[in-house]
Amino acid sequence: MAENKPTPKVKKKAVPMPKQKPEVRRRNFNEVALGYTEEQAIEEASRCLQCPKPQCVPGCPVEIDIPAFIKLIREGKFDEAVKKIKEKNSLPAICGRVCPQEEQCQMNCVLGKAGDPINIGRLERFVADWERQKGVTIPEKAPATGKKVAIIGAGPAGLTAAADLAKLGHEVVIFEALHLPGGVLVYGIPEFRLPKSIVQAEVDYIKKLGVELRLGYLIGRIHTIPELLKEEGFDAVFIGTGAGLPQFLGVPGENLGGIYSANEFLIRVNLMKSYAFPEYDTPIRIGRHVVVIGGGNVAMDSARSALRLGAEEVCIVYRRSREEMPARKEEIENAEEEGIICKFLANPTRFIGDEKGWVKQMECICMELGSPDESGRRRPVPVKGSEFIMDVDTVIVAIGRTPNPIIQRTTEGLAVTKWGTIVVDEDGRTSLEGVYAGGDIVTGEATVISAMGASKKAAKAIHEYLMNKK
Amino acid sequence: MYKIVAKKELAPKIKLFEVYAPEIAEKAKPGQFIILIIDEKGERIPLTIAGYDRKKGTVTFVFNEVGKTTKQLGLLKEGDSITNITGPLGNPSEIKNFGNVLCIGGGVMIAPMLLQVKALREAGNAVTTVIGARIKDLLFFEEEMKALSHKFYVATDDGSKGYEGLGFLKELIEKNRFDRCIAMGPVVMMKTVCEITKPFGIPTIVTLTPIMVDGMGMCGVCRVTVGGQMKFACVDGPEFDGHLVDFDGLINRQRMFLPEERLSSLLWEKLGGCGCGGK
Ligand SMILES: Cc1cc2nc3c(=O)[nH]c(=O)nc-3n(C[C@H](O)[C@H](O)[C@H](O)COP(=O)(O)OP(=O)(O)OC[C@H]3O[C@@H](n4cnc5c(N)ncnc54)[C@H](O)[C@@H]3O)c2cc1C
Ligand SMILES: Cc1cc2nc3c(=O)[nH]c(=O)nc-3n(C[C@H](O)[C@H](O)[C@H](O)COP(=O)(O)OP(=O)(O)OC[C@H]3O[C@@H](n4cnc5c(N)ncnc54)[C@H](O)[C@@H]3O)c2cc1C
Ligand code: SF4
Ligand code: SF4
Ligand code: FES
Repeated sequence: MAENKPTPKVKKKAVPMPKQKPEVRRRNFNEVALGYTEEQAIEEASRCLQCPKPQCVPGCPVEIDIPAFIKLIREGKFDEAVKKIKEKNSLPAICGRVCPQEEQCQMNCVLGKAGDPINIGRLERFVADWERQKGVTIPEKAPATGKKVAIIGAGPAGLTAAADLAKLGHEVVIFEALHLPGGVLVYGIPEFRLPKSIVQAEVDYIKKLGVELRLGYLIGRIHTIPELLKEEGFDAVFIGTGAGLPQFLGVPGENLGGIYSANEFLIRVNLMKSYAFPEYDTPIRIGRHVVVIGGGNVAMDSARSALRLGAEEVCIVYRRSREEMPARKEEIENAEEEGIICKFLANPTRFIGDEKGWVKQMECICMELGSPDESGRRRPVPVKGSEFIMDVDTVIVAIGRTPNPIIQRTTEGLAVTKWGTIVVDEDGRTSLEGVYAGGDIVTGEATVISAMGASKKAAKAIHEYLMNKK
Repeated sequence: MYKIVAKKELAPKIKLFEVYAPEIAEKAKPGQFIILIIDEKGERIPLTIAGYDRKKGTVTFVFNEVGKTTKQLGLLKEGDSITNITGPLGNPSEIKNFGNVLCIGGGVMIAPMLLQVKALREAGNAVTTVIGARIKDLLFFEEEMKALSHKFYVATDDGSKGYEGLGFLKELIEKNRFDRCIAMGPVVMMKTVCEITKPFGIPTIVTLTPIMVDGMGMCGVCRVTVGGQMKFACVDGPEFDGHLVDFDGLINRQRMFLPEERLSSLLWEKLGGCGCGGK
């Protein structure tokens, strides 16, 4: 019998992540997932089979040597594990938290076939947190090259490119339009998923590498890219301005009070800390019944933030069904555990206001799924005569974001697609000499890790360009 | 940190700040604005650029103390600093020789209007200026404006100085052939001006001041309806063709946070933030 055979015992179940209880966390902004302890991390790492041809690695957009860092964790060599990860990924504490691991590294893990895949992201997070608590060591920098690079945007793309170029000995200045660095990491992703102190630690690290941060500089208005190159003495420019332009539904009544774009809502809550109004000056009004339109991560973040601001009921309205929801499964589960309701196959058709111009009701139409569209998902079609009305106090529109347009409008000769994204080759070169781009501004809304991967490539290309330039 | 190098009170609750910000001064143009945040707990507020001195490296803006942030700002003194100023933001005004231009500045916006009038004069225009306020004590820059204008008029809501209200504009327009009208001021005032100029077909440019947060096109709070289309005032404006603007929609959106704004201002005063020691 099989049981008598001395097969190596593989634990099928992953070590669960300790979390705040749903009934507690739904009313606070503290991080939901609490992180592994050393013992838990070692236990989870011990499940890894150390595959000779690991399937997990190609799933990671920056190809971290996953079995190697997991082995080091198993041996308790956390220091070396971090170093291993940082060969490829300079922001592990962030990626370990927000990467869609289930679609990337963990998707192909062989253990996933008959049980839980290794929790690669949680292990990555564990060692990164361990290192931060102990104090991060600053790597050695190459001798100064005398070359100057301007980075536009302090999101994950810009921060990564800045770190890589500074390590190579270039003088790096980041121009960020907002008054705080971090991009979506500070203005979009909420504190309960990614504490701002972690982003701050990464920014401090980059400053220690000698990178200069200029905040409140909207490039295109204060300096244009040609001016940076010709008048301000920069030898190359990297554009990492992201996809921050909010989309609206285009239905009647959308300008009523109480209807926010997800970006406005999240910027108020995260960047401006209006959850602490009036201690912080930026107001937000939440009301009792909140509806969030959309089915992605941004919709989940908005809904869960609204709940934490004190809404009685938060409902996500999505025009397709659960299977098509683009949000991470883990986040949908977290949201539902916290009491958020999902209403599928419905789409708003108009908003109705009260006498003060504040939204009072939302009319929706029911949808059904037709044949698949270009994205392969089944296209939602309205069901005639199925309109219904919901009472609402606040509406958050989270139906997508397109590239920030200011750079494109103010940079002559920069090739742009019809979607407003910047055209680059595989190394991030744009149509202008010495100008590179990466992240959401090139791909449209994507992920933190893909933005980092692209900017690492661009940084390499910029380095070669600078070293060959007379 | 941006240092305040000069501070002046132009009228009750209307203050002028000249701030050292050489890079902004270098690039600023009439019609653009800045967004400032006083300290890390502050909100981001937009103010129109009312002047710049590229040699001294300074930018000037004038503000009305209406709520918590502007009152707090008003307490800062020469030599104090503002944590962050972002700018210049928005599209510069179109300045060229239009011919005969009618400029109407209301309330605190008289200040940036002076900058426009200067630029329009330099471009060779004949400029007729109207400045207006609620009452005569709130008027300022009269002499400066007069000196630059071809013709100059004053209007107040209560008639305490000059014309009472803007009704006289109709006659003024009938008697003069204006090629362009530029109005900056309270929304109701701009709306009235547009109603008057529309039948005469005079292109009328207005500066829209919806609530803003980022000022770079990322939040959409500044959305306004112009010609039936959604525009973001911070990146598509702030100047628009006044005859196409949905002013009532704008007025409604400006009032959105009124209860919160009142609360914030009240609490701040109660806690003695205004320097009165909680009295
Ligand atoms: C709410 C939300 C939740 C998300 N959740 C996840 C998640 O869980 N996992 C994940 O992987 N991804 C997530 N994403 C997507 C991810 O955050 C982005 O793909 C990523 O941040 C893109 O990085 P970036 O550096 O290209 O752009 P951004 O992070 O957008 O940074 C761009 C920066 O450039 C600045 N900027 C723009 N224009 C200018 C200019 N003209 N001059 C100067 N500065 C300028 C902006 O202010 C901003 O700081 C989420 C996005 C949102 C909005
Ligand atoms: C492009 C632009 C340029 C501007 N230029 C100037 C300027 O040069 N000088 C100046 O004094 N003000 C200007 N404003 C208005 C200024 O930004 C507001 O007065 C300021 O934000 C009020 O902040 P607060 O906290 O003091 O008042 P709050 O407590 O926020 O509000 C108090 C009162 O002011 C009203 N208010 C709030 N925000 C605005 C707004 N954006 N526009 C008009 N009224 C508002 C409220 O409805 C309320 O009645 C400008 C606004 C924009 C959008
Ligand atoms: S960076 Fe993201 S995809 Fe790569 S190993 Fe880490 S969690 Fe997985
Ligand atoms: S595929 Fe899974 S088990 Fe194999 S090395 Fe990668 S993480 Fe370990
Ligand atoms: S102020 Fe946010 S988009 Fe204009």
